[in-house]
Amino acid sequence: METTTISPTPSPPAVAARSLAAVRRHAGRWGLIAALAALPVYYGISDLTHGYQAGVVAGHALIHHDLSKLGFNFAEGLSNGAIWALIAIGYTLVYGIIELINFAHGDVFMIGSFTAVGLWATLGLGLTTSALGLVGGLLVTLIIAMMVTGSLNVLIERVAYRPLRNAPKLASLITAVGFSFILQNVGLLWRGGSPQSVPDLIHSQQTVFTIGGVPILRGYILAFAVMIPLVFALTWFINTTRAGRAMRATAQDPEAARLMGINVNSTISLTFLLGGMLAGAAGLVYALYETNVWYFQGFKAGLIAFTAAVMGGIGNVRGAVLGGLIIGVIQSLSDSRLGPQWTEAVVFGYLIAIMVLRPRGLLGEETREAG
Amino acid sequence: MSELRAQLREWREAVDKRVPWWNRALIGLLLVIGIVLPFLFSSSSAFMNATIIALAYAVMSLGLNIVVGFAGLLDLGYVAFYALGAYSLGWFGSGFFFKAHIHALVSPVASTLPGIHLNFILILIGAALICAAAGIVIGLPTLRLRGDYIAIVTLAFGEIIADVAVNGQSVHIGGGMTLTAGNLGISAVDSPYFPGIGSFNLLNLRPWYWLIFAILLVVLFVNLRLRDSRLGRAWVALREDEVAAVSMGIPLVKTKLLAYAIGAAFGGMSGAFFGTYYTVVNAGQFQFGFSIFILAMVIIGGLGSIWGAVVGGLALGYINNYLIPDVLNGIPARLGFNFQLTAVEFGIFGFLLVIMMVLRPQGLIPERRRRLELTAEIAPADAQLAEAPGTPGGGT
Repeated sequence: METTTISPTPSPPAVAARSLAAVRRHAGRWGLIAALAALPVYYGISDLTHGYQAGVVAGHALIHHDLSKLGFNFAEGLSNGAIWALIAIGYTLVYGIIELINFAHGDVFMIGSFTAVGLWATLGLGLTTSALGLVGGLLVTLIIAMMVTGSLNVLIERVAYRPLRNAPKLASLITAVGFSFILQNVGLLWRGGSPQSVPDLIHSQQTVFTIGGVPILRGYILAFAVMIPLVFALTWFINTTRAGRAMRATAQDPEAARLMGINVNSTISLTFLLGGMLAGAAGLVYALYETNVWYFQGFKAGLIAFTAAVMGGIGNVRGAVLGGLIIGVIQSLSDSRLGPQWTEAVVFGYLIAIMVLRPRGLLGEETREAG
Repeated sequence: MSELRAQLREWREAVDKRVPWWNRALIGLLLVIGIVLPFLFSSSSAFMNATIIALAYAVMSLGLNIVVGFAGLLDLGYVAFYALGAYSLGWFGSGFFFKAHIHALVSPVASTLPGIHLNFILILIGAALICAAAGIVIGLPTLRLRGDYIAIVTLAFGEIIADVAVNGQSVHIGGGMTLTAGNLGISAVDSPYFPGIGSFNLLNLRPWYWLIFAILLVVLFVNLRLRDSRLGRAWVALREDEVAAVSMGIPLVKTKLLAYAIGAAFGGMSGAFFGTYYTVVNAGQFQFGFSIFILAMVIIGGLGSIWGAVVGGLALGYINNYLIPDVLNGIPARLGFNFQLTAVEFGIFGFLLVIMMVLRPQGLIPERRRRLELTAEIAPADAQLAEAPGTPGGGT
């Protein structure tokens, strides 16, 4: 694409901010890892030395001195992170291939949630449905939701990004933001302005088993049961199939890929389809796990997932999964220790720290954008 | 005295040379219309209210235009400066810090009240300085980044500041005082007061109008002078090709940070005005959607175009505060839909953004350079530019 744009993006100048470059050289990857480890290590030590209030017995606070609260934070965070990972893959795939932050992606995820919840009602899934019917119904819901969000994502690409592919990059970023707002308002008109609770079909808060005092809930298992097969299927698709090879080639050099006979437009559409499908799956899991949906969930989730994608190294599927899991844990730690009202600020603080310390992320390659 | 007169004549001649007479006549006409406009409408009408808000939006739009339009740094966290400007007013122009007793040039009533009460002009300058400093802080981590990554970092800063505004109620700074009043809002802020004129009140909107009109004129003048200055040309050069610009000796760090600082300062001034005009500084006002709203003004007007930013700000201001709530709000209900148009205003702006970008990416009043970039006749137009080295912004 670089050769066809009117204002090509140059490589970063070497002279820029020499002091910051020095910081990065010394801090770099280890600085980022240290920053990521800081929260769990600090709270782990504080739990062991000062203890934490585990409950109230006969009017007295029950203080524990062990790591099970931290373990609980991790379990909750990792399973939340599995959802973020699914969304983050969508960001990373799209960014890898056309270098665009698909701002509307989080809202596609929200539409996925809404579609899934709407389908439950249509299929008659409720708290009284038998286990077999529930599994079958949820599978159908999963497939339909993935198809809906996948096609929605393809449609957005066709309408809003493809006409602007040769325009300055700012243009498509702005249409992405515009589409994000349009989808949000579609959601607003669809299900109203406040969070709506949905039937807790799988009893997501029920404990299945306990490891070392940490209860593993059904919701956690669901999140991983959906995320792991999908990620494996995706990696298989990208690594072995012909279309996957076309995707990788287009990501590396669209112009050369076109010269080699790859249909770049349909490859990009395919990328959006895959990203959208994963977002739809994440939407279903989110609705089952959190048992509520609202139109603004996509915006927040989108920013969190984007942070995850950047943290892992944008353009890198494994990185997106890793980043999603890490962000999930950070979020859960902040939720239970600092209070949920500060979580967003903590996540964004980490985002800025990544940008300063290591813009290419944990596993990422050096990109034109992030030097 | 004669020296001053000579200087004035020199300036006058420079203006004569640069600005053709019909342009000056047009500017004069707009100025006269702008000044007498309040007399054409009732002094507390909804239209006056919308006009005042639209003018304040135009100030913000001009500020963001410096960052996004001139320097090409996509800032998605501009709401941060609205917030800081408004809080500057809340902190220094109300009884919020009730332990302090600081008064400077305020109305006789306010000077007896507890809290910090400064004159509105002082707060305006203070807000500009605070926001300029914040702009530099936000700009620092983005120096090595570009494009989308800058957008994300600025967005993150904007969200953090909005979060701090909401949660500031639980941040205690001593003496029982908190950092912000969160969603309750800092209320009972001072109205602007000028010795000889008295305090403004919301029953008569005309003084408010002239105040924001004067602020707009100042900001507009600064913008026009900046665009053609050495700094303005450096911004455009960095936007067009960073490597080439730096190779030509443009100081990257200083130039970018100045763009952030100056853009932020204007946002802060407008924010302070909004604080006093709305009479409350409420954390709920500072949402991400507002950043996009301001960005939409710049885009719709034409990125990098000063008059475009003003027109975009006024247009969206009127659409948002007059057309949608007062004129068109009932249309969905009349068509049988069960919602009000105000509920989906951001969706409407999103739609406008998409349509604008796909159909007319150069905006309503495009900047000359960008129009050339985006239209088909690039080569001949470039050739014309090269032949006419005296054209403003082009050949110098």
